[in-house]
Amino acid sequence: MTIINSKSPNIVANLHASLRSGSQVFELEVTSIFPSTGITAILGESGSGKTTLLRCIAGLEKSVKGLLKIGETTWLDDKRCVPTCEREIGYVFQDARLFDHLNVYGNLQFAVKRSHETVKKVFFEEVVHALDIGHLMQHKPDQLSGGEKQRVAIARALLIKPKMLIMDEPLASLDNARKQDVLPYLAALQNMFNLPMLYVSHSTDEVCRLADHVILLHQGKVVIQGSINEVFSSAQLPHVYQRETSTIIKAKIIEKNERWHLVRAEFDGNMIWLQDHNQSIGRTVRLRIIASDVSLSLKDEKESTILNRLEGRIACIQMDSRGATALVTIDLMNTEIVAQVTRKSIDDLFLMVGMKIWTQIKSVAILG
Amino acid sequence: MVNSVLSIFKSPTMKFSVPFILKISVLWILLFLCPLELSNAVAVTQPTPANSYSLNIESQHANVAVASNFIKPMQQLKAQFEANTPHTIRVSYSSSGKLFAQIINGAPFDVFLSADQVKPDELIKRGKAKAHERFTYAQGTLILWSSKTSLVNNSPDVLYDNNFRKVALANPKFAPYGQAAVDVLNHLVLLEQTKSKWVMGESISQTYQFVATGNADIGFISFSQKPDYGSYWLIPEGFYKPIKQDAILLKNAEKNASALAFFQFLKSNEAKNIIQSYHYNVD
Amino acid sequence: MGLTDSDINAIWLTIKLAFTVTIILLIIGTPIAIWLAKTKSWLRGPINAIVALPLVLPPTVLGFYLLIAMGPNGPIGQLTEQLGVGLLPFTFWGLVIGSLFYSLPFVVQPIQNAVEAIGQKPLEAAATLHSKPMDTFFHVIVPLAKPGFISAAILGFAHTVGEFGIVLMIGGNIPMETKVVSIQIYDQVEALEYAGAHRLSAIMLGFSFIALLLLYSFQKRGLASKFRIGR
Repeated sequence: MTIINSKSPNIVANLHASLRSGSQVFELEVTSIFPSTGITAILGESGSGKTTLLRCIAGLEKSVKGLLKIGETTWLDDKRCVPTCEREIGYVFQDARLFDHLNVYGNLQFAVKRSHETVKKVFFEEVVHALDIGHLMQHKPDQLSGGEKQRVAIARALLIKPKMLIMDEPLASLDNARKQDVLPYLAALQNMFNLPMLYVSHSTDEVCRLADHVILLHQGKVVIQGSINEVFSSAQLPHVYQRETSTIIKAKIIEKNERWHLVRAEFDGNMIWLQDHNQSIGRTVRLRIIASDVSLSLKDEKESTILNRLEGRIACIQMDSRGATALVTIDLMNTEIVAQVTRKSIDDLFLMVGMKIWTQIKSVAILG
Repeated sequence: MVNSVLSIFKSPTMKFSVPFILKISVLWILLFLCPLELSNAVAVTQPTPANSYSLNIESQHANVAVASNFIKPMQQLKAQFEANTPHTIRVSYSSSGKLFAQIINGAPFDVFLSADQVKPDELIKRGKAKAHERFTYAQGTLILWSSKTSLVNNSPDVLYDNNFRKVALANPKFAPYGQAAVDVLNHLVLLEQTKSKWVMGESISQTYQFVATGNADIGFISFSQKPDYGSYWLIPEGFYKPIKQDAILLKNAEKNASALAFFQFLKSNEAKNIIQSYHYNVD
Repeated sequence: MGLTDSDINAIWLTIKLAFTVTIILLIIGTPIAIWLAKTKSWLRGPINAIVALPLVLPPTVLGFYLLIAMGPNGPIGQLTEQLGVGLLPFTFWGLVIGSLFYSLPFVVQPIQNAVEAIGQKPLEAAATLHSKPMDTFFHVIVPLAKPGFISAAILGFAHTVGEFGIVLMIGGNIPMETKVVSIQIYDQVEALEYAGAHRLSAIMLGFSFIALLLLYSFQKRGLASKFRIGR
């Protein structure tokens, strides 16, 4: 396995940009410090400024002011703005943007010849293999499908040996079948090349699958940011995302049950049953537990079809002043889980912080 | 090229709308048709003088082709002619060569005032005119002129002294004044010496331009072109073959009263005086 | 073919002039075309118009003012005299300079259009791939704008070959120096040498036709490749 980047600096972005499009002006105002290990996702609806933020970080927007630091390197401050060609980034555009006058091999070589560090043949082959584009080398871009184009674009960005990989909705222009094709590659990339990644998406599903850190944008401003679990289990999630409130955790498969076609996974000392999708024992999987799939009971309801029942203590109750629901954070062994219940239930059951409570998890999404 | 032209119209600096182009095109077409109407109107409103050559109230007009070097005298001749007769003439100025080409290809000229005798000869040979319907209407005078005040002191000294960068002359291949210039240089035995400094104008007017703009220090031009400034040498007549300019009446003009009248007028004393005042010789 | 020495000299001179002008125009026209394609400055409109002027201005007007400007009393003439170069009218290089003005839009506009068609996207992609501006120019813009460059070269060359008005005004009809084919034909007509004029004109016509044929067949091929069916 080849490691591109062994240093993992933090990224500081205090950015202000005013973009004019016709008579409309879009203001981007972002203050953020995010780690550059793992994948940081920028989430938001269309028009929230995600692509603009990416372009500012890449240096493609000239009108941006503020501060941008990658670890010790400053790319933007009052005195200077480092041009894009001197920033060690790899950028995967939403529309791939392969060079029409070159075939796939030519496109890749374009990057190889300009890489920030020498690209050894071994590395080249690793990348080609990882993205499964070996059989496309002689093809011209107009002969490739959408998914193939994106894979080539990702390979090309990797071959520049960047210090950071930026991806702008790489799956947006693909249909579902293609998405399923490319998604595993993206997930694997992070592991294989150990490259900090900045990933823009409007799909919470993709973000939940891939991200370690999330920045949520709305109308050019940061609404909430933090680790993936912090953000998704937060009561501060904007109204439009409230249905997505969930707990995201990593669990390890420890047991298989052939008879019931289930596997048992363990997270922080807690046990949970999952459907058997041929995961191997010992493997770590990412799980998403949607808050509205978690119900609470005062005692362990054994006579119920819900298999996963975990004991814990109520750590926090946050009422939604406008609606009927409330978000309850439950302390399980060494970890927390969130449940969305009605305010009426809280009242009916006299739920209070500190109380012992049983969580019933109706369904768990396995994110891979 | 079409794409380039079209792309100008597409470029933001020139946003024409289709209706606008249509209006302009219609306007253009009308403008072209108008003159025919206008000149007829003029002809009708002209007063009939006492000593009219013709008894017809509605007179024809004649088309006269004139060599460019004769523009100034011709303008005065036309004015005089039209003032004293009920006839009108329309004049086209160009080089004799071009006019010749147009005539033999059917241009509707009635009278041709050439800058030389060669083209009238050729027209007669080709049956476009009769031999007896030609005469020399003017004889040109050649001078060596400079726009600089003291360069030419009425002698060929400047040529002998080689005191110039370029000397302009009309193309001797087809321009009579150019041929005359070559005659002069031959006479002075300076042809070979000066050849490397020649610049040739396509017409006598272009030759004049070269000297007037200073690009040629000196040049052989017609006396009638000489302005008030600068310096010149009036070349003795014996140094060059006479520049005889012949006028010719073309075949289709034989029934044209105006053409005949004008042709006669050219031979009159009145006309001769005008021509002489522009430094041409007449017999 | 029955061509005289004078004819052949004129043809060689014309080709020499057209080549020189085309190459110089490609070199100076390209940055102008790229600037015009990319700039957002308010100057874009006026400069577009200035570049396009020779398309609508009668060549004799252009030639006449060049004659004055290059003369001893004009700004260009005074500059050339100061530089010790002498005066430009009646010289080959004077024609070159005149032709640079005259054929400028024919070279600038195809390149400008081709570069505009490329748009920002490939250039941004190149920048993210560590490609500096000069590098991007040679390895992205030029290959993608190649049809535009070729059109520009063919049009510039053909247009200069056909030039007449400017040469008429500032040429001076000097063999091997300024006597190009169009002047040669003009002289033959003036001197009533119609046979010679027909011969040369036929050659000019043939040449122009072939040039345009090349141009259009080339452009069509460029288009065709865009519509190739992919998966």
